[in-house]
Amino acid sequence: MDALGSVSVALAGSGGAGVMTAGNMLLEAASHAGYYGLMTRTSGPQIRGGEAAAMLRISTFPGDGQDDAFHVLAAIDWQNVARFAAELPLAPASLILGDPAAGEPPEVFTKSGARYAPVPLKVTAAEIAGAWPNMVALGVLAGIIGLPAASLEAAARKAMKKGLEPGIAAAQRGYALAAQLPALRLAPPPARSDRWLITGNEAAGYGALRGGVRFVAAYPITPATELLEYLAPALAKVGGTLVQAEDELASINMALGASYGGVPSLTATSGPGLSLMIESLGLGVAAEVPVVVVDVMRTGPSTGIATKSEQADLGTALYGLHGDAPHVVVAPNSLEDCLAATEWAVGLAEALQVPAIVLSDQYLGQARGVVDAPALGSAAVARLTAQGGEGYRRYALTPAGVSPMAIPGTPGATYTADGLEHNERGTPSSQASDHAAQMDKRARKLAQLDPGEAWASVEGEGDTALVTFGSCTGPAREALARNGKGVKLVSLRLLAPAQPERLKKALAGVKRVLVLEQNHSGQFLRYLRAEYDLPGEVKSLRRPGPLPFRPAEIQHALAQWGSA
Amino acid sequence: MPVPSLEDFMARAYAMELEANERYAQFAEQLDTHNNREVAQMFRKLAAVEALHAKRILEEMGWPSMPALPPAYAWETLEAPETAAFDELHYLMQPMHALEIALKCEQQAQKYFEDIAAGDVPPAVKQAALEMADEEREHVQLIRDWMKRVPQPRPNWDEDPDPPRVTE
Amino acid sequence: MGQRVNAPGAPMLAPKDFKSDYKPVWCPGCGDYSVLSAITKALAMLALKPENVAVVSGIGCSSRIPAYTTCYGFHGVHGRALPVATGLKAARPDLTVLVASGDGDGYSIGGNHFLHACRRNLDLTYIVMDNHVYGMTKGQPSPTTEPDWSSKLAPGGTGLREFHPLVIALASGANFIARAYSGDPNGCAALIAEAVRHPGFSFVEVLSPCVTFRPEQREWKTMVHPAPVAATDDPGRAARRLMTDDGFNVGVLYKGKRPAYARANGGNQTVEALACQFRA
Repeated sequence: MDALGSVSVALAGSGGAGVMTAGNMLLEAASHAGYYGLMTRTSGPQIRGGEAAAMLRISTFPGDGQDDAFHVLAAIDWQNVARFAAELPLAPASLILGDPAAGEPPEVFTKSGARYAPVPLKVTAAEIAGAWPNMVALGVLAGIIGLPAASLEAAARKAMKKGLEPGIAAAQRGYALAAQLPALRLAPPPARSDRWLITGNEAAGYGALRGGVRFVAAYPITPATELLEYLAPALAKVGGTLVQAEDELASINMALGASYGGVPSLTATSGPGLSLMIESLGLGVAAEVPVVVVDVMRTGPSTGIATKSEQADLGTALYGLHGDAPHVVVAPNSLEDCLAATEWAVGLAEALQVPAIVLSDQYLGQARGVVDAPALGSAAVARLTAQGGEGYRRYALTPAGVSPMAIPGTPGATYTADGLEHNERGTPSSQASDHAAQMDKRARKLAQLDPGEAWASVEGEGDTALVTFGSCTGPAREALARNGKGVKLVSLRLLAPAQPERLKKALAGVKRVLVLEQNHSGQFLRYLRAEYDLPGEVKSLRRPGPLPFRPAEIQHALAQWGSA
Repeated sequence: MPVPSLEDFMARAYAMELEANERYAQFAEQLDTHNNREVAQMFRKLAAVEALHAKRILEEMGWPSMPALPPAYAWETLEAPETAAFDELHYLMQPMHALEIALKCEQQAQKYFEDIAAGDVPPAVKQAALEMADEEREHVQLIRDWMKRVPQPRPNWDEDPDPPRVTE
Repeated sequence: MGQRVNAPGAPMLAPKDFKSDYKPVWCPGCGDYSVLSAITKALAMLALKPENVAVVSGIGCSSRIPAYTTCYGFHGVHGRALPVATGLKAARPDLTVLVASGDGDGYSIGGNHFLHACRRNLDLTYIVMDNHVYGMTKGQPSPTTEPDWSSKLAPGGTGLREFHPLVIALASGANFIARAYSGDPNGCAALIAEAVRHPGFSFVEVLSPCVTFRPEQREWKTMVHPAPVAATDDPGRAARRLMTDDGFNVGVLYKGKRPAYARANGGNQTVEALACQFRA
């Protein structure tokens, strides 16, 4: 058997088991050993004490998708872990590790044909005063993956604030226990390179700061909260301001107010919050106030499955605004792209004086990964401002559609930013001619946008195209990396304004288009059909959240066409 | 109502005329916006009269063109005695209504000056207050004469067959 | 307070310098004309410059005010003036920020923001023109409308007791509470100026008659009277006074001593330096 390019392990348990802590340390250990890695998580609805699973993939190559199945499912206990069965697919060659003290693994896991090996986690931990079973499990997993013991210890030293020595001892015991278990034979790590260990939400937050954001209005909502929590101290360090709002109606309007004051502004939310913000995004369009909203999408409608991912806010983000309201929608298509895409969105918002929505999702936002250090762009984009003077016209009909914006404090250029239709001076007007002229101006700004190569990730060549966006890109990339001959990947990053000419060029010669998305109704397919001409035969591969696509499913769908 | 000096008195009188002028000008503007040109024109005339009066005070006192801000007096009424209240306006009002407003203002002004003259004030103030009261009396008469030349408002002058409009 | 004022010796601006040449669309006789006049007088009294003042509003008759001034203005969506002003003031503490609203915009659709703006205590001045009716949508009852006021939308009245904005402001933490009357633009101007000078969130409720839908409010001029006692800084006493007054007490009714919201960050690290935490 060849050495594996990646191994996938899941560590499950109920409240108090510490599976997330152990999972994070395993990721740190893998990083220390020179591997790439990814950790996603799933949990029950309880705030404390609920069942949870840390899902890790440790690999010799970068990526943020999940594999087709887990090589190992380890459980500290089995209480309600069966609820996650759909998220924890196993194969006949998989290994189930469980503490015999916690009973047999549920049938939903064993029916996969996976082999069960009992490991005395609790008993082993009990031999060391102050040690926990999760540290034993961590040692076992590190051992069967073949991570160096030094990496395990380094990870523990980095992460543990208390119980360090017993923790390390327990992990070492587990590591020794692994010698009796089948090894996973992970290939040696790739050559060392600059890497970051970061979540998508942190990456988006950092991208916002790089883009120049210095004001953030925050209303907590899963799974966007961590983005805001990252920004609270980070903003303070760079002299910015975060205000906790009373609701999302307030947070978007606070962001608009701060931006009107000349300070690049952002808020982050999820679907329900985005719905509340939509009216004021229309105001941002009409009054031409730059603002960025990061929507970390979760399953909807309504509260849906608040902790899990889905790409179902696409329609709202693109078409939810009232009136004709040209704006920007950007979708990061990898964990690390959350940084670049958000930074880019801030730049677009500032340059075009328009609201921009960043469509991230729970999968990308809450995934923590070891990624190649992102290539960091140049200085933040500056807004076109006015210096004042006679006859200042805030909404002047410039050829580019962007007109100099006076920042409060500038003498001789006072104006009223207004959601009412207005003339060039900013004075409210109900004249058809003013409405038409201002609509044209607002559309012109976006129509003239030249996104360059950034509009999409176009990879590979072939007469079949796999067209997707966002977090579906990871598994799509992996499917094509396995066997992508004759298939071209087009992952859109700029969803609005649509780029029909660019997609047309990218799809030249393509005979079949497979549209991949994670929602029930095919929102992305409908968007593509509305905004673009898709060549040849078009098929849709979609399903709602929360289960992420796995590469084999995509390979299978392509194989049915005989392309891969 | 202590009025210690002629300067103080004239400053009050000036502020009063100025505020009256501004209010009439505002009324004219409001009625222009609401397409009642005839009465708007009337208020503009009334504003001009008050402006003239204010200017004369400056000239009499030998004051430079305009004090930066009229001194803020705490009038015993909500506003200066010659200032028409904002809420007296109606978009369909007739010229007679404008003159009724003006009449009331001039009468109030007259009484204001008479009261000062009757009070315990220096002789120069008394003299000036009596002169001002006389002027206001003339204005009152002027308005009364003017009222004879405008038609009586038609009955139900404030009726509008259309309901108010929804604008937002 | 960190607000910009005219440099010494700079020419003083007159109220008219704060008035734009854009003509109001309010009904002739509307109290809001007078509030506009009071605002311009207050800004002149405070010796501010138009470019250092922002007037923020939502939707409704009162909310038309920003464009009628020569200050920077923001005429946003219905009910959200306070959040816009909060963001602006938090990001730009050097500006003087006035917020204009009405009883529908401020107490109904924007009610939640009112509570939290009071609580947050940013150095804002919140001027609510209260006429107990939705004027711009043609006369529907608002949160301050009397329970028996009959209208098309609520024939025979709403049967609901009126909202008490001043008590709510006090309970929510507003640092300055005053009631003004539009028929007294000079008094109203003085109250607004005092509200601007007072640190923290200052709330000025202006009784501003609607001559179109509530012509009977012309009688307010006979009902208003100066508050008989000076403002207290004791919330307990203020609560008692606000709860029991007749609704026509005009003047400063409460002047608190809470420090205004201040941001506690003056960080000067570079964004590049923040990347350290992510390096594997």
